[in-house]
Amino acid sequence: MNPLDSIAGTIVSGFILAIILAYVVKAIAGA
Amino acid sequence: MEIMMIDRWLHIIAGVLWIGLLYYFNFVQAPAQAAALADKDGPGPAAIGKYIAPRALLWFRWAALATWVTGAYYLEAAPQYSLVGAFSLGIGAHNVALSSIGMGAWLGTIMLFNVWVLIWPNQKKILGIVEATDEEKGKAKRIAFLASRSNTLMSIPVLLFMQAGGHGMPF
Repeated sequence: MNPLDSIAGTIVSGFILAIILAYVVKAIAGA
Repeated sequence: MEIMMIDRWLHIIAGVLWIGLLYYFNFVQAPAQAAALADKDGPGPAAIGKYIAPRALLWFRWAALATWVTGAYYLEAAPQYSLVGAFSLGIGAHNVALSSIGMGAWLGTIMLFNVWVLIWPNQKKILGIVEATDEEKGKAKRIAFLASRSNTLMSIPVLLFMQAGGHGMPF
């Protein structure tokens, strides 16, 4: 099942991606 | 007059227009078209495709380009950033604001690509602006839908990283 097929799945995936990428950004910046 | 700050202002206006229309497509128009198609006694979705979607797509795609151009100018003009530094994700700079705005810039660039390369050419087939067979229209619908949903997904981290550069990260 593709999460993009539902609005809820899209939004939840967006927040998960945001959290993952925030830690990637912090790791890159050494923060 | 500070051109850089006017540019930043225009960047936010264009971004609101772009993402506002993106949310309209995903949260309002697509479900409305599906409901209109399923409603056998209703007027059908033809008017949405003929009168609303082309106008919404016009503002949508040009707002996307305006957002990117004003954003790129700001990255180069603002003393705390640089275009190359941002698109290098601030690697080696030890600067959270630069890495953050860079991540947002990359996501925004992918979203601009989706608008002009995946959504708009396929919407032209769906709306009958260019010739397409029913099979081609079916494929175009799926590609445009997934690209639009992907942009909705990416808009969530983009908005985090765009404001985090100046205001910090919540975690």
